[in-house]
Amino acid sequence: MKKCEAFIIGGSAGSLDVLLRLLPRIDAAIPFPIIIVIHRKHGSDSLLTDLLSSRTKLIVKEVDEKENIVAGTVYIAPSDYHLLIERDNTFSLDYSEKINYSRPAIDVTFQTAAEVYKSNLYCLLLSGSNSDGVNGLKSVQLWGGKTLIQDPASAQVAYMPAQAKLHVKIDHILGIEDMGDFINLLA
Amino acid sequence: MEILLSDLLEQYGYDFTGYSRASLKRRISRLYGLDKALSFAEFRYRINNDHGYFKRFVEQITVNVTEMFRDPSFFKTLRDVVLPKLGTYPFIRIWLAGCSTGEEAYSISIILKELNLLHKSLIYATDLNPTVLEKAAQSMFAMSQMKQYSENYILSGGTKDFSSYYTANYSLAKFDDELKSKIIFSTHNLVSDHSFNEFQLILCRNVLIYFDRDLQHKVLSLFDESLEELGYLALGTKETINFSQITDRYKRLQTEKIWRKVEV
Ligand SMILES: C[S@@+](CC[C@H](N)C(=O)[O-])C[C@H]1O[C@@H](n2cnc3c(N)ncnc32)[C@H](O)[C@@H]1O
Repeated sequence: MKKCEAFIIGGSAGSLDVLLRLLPRIDAAIPFPIIIVIHRKHGSDSLLTDLLSSRTKLIVKEVDEKENIVAGTVYIAPSDYHLLIERDNTFSLDYSEKINYSRPAIDVTFQTAAEVYKSNLYCLLLSGSNSDGVNGLKSVQLWGGKTLIQDPASAQVAYMPAQAKLHVKIDHILGIEDMGDFINLLA
Repeated sequence: MEILLSDLLEQYGYDFTGYSRASLKRRISRLYGLDKALSFAEFRYRINNDHGYFKRFVEQITVNVTEMFRDPSFFKTLRDVVLPKLGTYPFIRIWLAGCSTGEEAYSISIILKELNLLHKSLIYATDLNPTVLEKAAQSMFAMSQMKQYSENYILSGGTKDFSSYYTANYSLAKFDDELKSKIIFSTHNLVSDHSFNEFQLILCRNVLIYFDRDLQHKVLSLFDESLEELGYLALGTKETINFSQITDRYKRLQTEKIWRKVEV
């Protein structure tokens, strides 16, 4: 089986609830980083970090620019910046134009990660009402990574995962309750 | 991409080798697609031999997005803490590095005016890209942005009617000439140009995120050299001096990314 070097989760409307249910199920000794990019209002950063870290023993932190990416940590993309993955396994931030009306854009993180981690990357797209993440998943597939979506039937807003399903070859469709086990089994 | 970067350095003296790669690469691919380059060779040839195209290249690979009173709480701290302190000096010199199209410069100018300090201030607003500076000097911004900027202005502690600072001209808002009277727009490349004065306040927001750590070290030293004792250094929300050797001489202000240079 392929090794997982990074697990990236993108989500928009209706995805917070999924994360709150998923995080408690992830093993505290998970041997890869989990990177979360969700759309939200500018300025609510620490709130989200606190909320998510209350649900897990893993370290949850908002990304600092040029920070080394470390296994066993849950990273949150800061609001109002795009989050990029660098070849030397660090994060960088970018304040360029919004993409799909979003900053951070899930596409940007998926695309830059795809080139760095190639076949050792897993990207999961959750509930949401726009099509951010779809192009990102295309790149992930192109570079040999694994494409995953939340089962649209279980999503509060099905549009985003449904768009992905329509336009990209999806490797796994996961129900909310299956996500934790799936991630733990990649260890 | 590394080939392009070394071309730019040799041909034009622009050094982008210390920039974060992922962002640069995205910008370059975007331009490559936008301009429908036929091949990498053709793209490279144009950049090296067509000066007009080279200008476009630099414009497009640097990120110029900016706003007026972006991060209102930051501007509130400038208004309530930093600028009143500097107001006790006979003359205030401010360096705004990486000013892009000038929205930040006019924001500071508005605060200085309201604090009655504009007459004794000078803002050196610099950027490596001459095209954004030309735009900045026109003091015209899109009318469609004014609602957002006015909200930011109020949140940053502004109490006037924001629309009193500009005249609407179709889709553009032309800001009062008085605001521009104390701003000097000029090119300056943080990678290769030296310190050109001593300042009491240096702002450089959302520029360091594009640089790798080595270049960040170098640019922070340049700021340190250019900052007077007890002067202030202000960075973007996600930037820090914590990793650098200058950090010992600086004290952070409250929760904002503003540091004061203290005597040691
Ligand atoms: C994202 S804008 C930041 C604008 C503004 N300071 C803000 O925070 O809203 C980044 C600016 O940095 C400029 N820049 C990039 N590299 C530079 C360099 N080496 N020297 C000076 N300016 C540079 C770009 O041209 C661009 O205008």
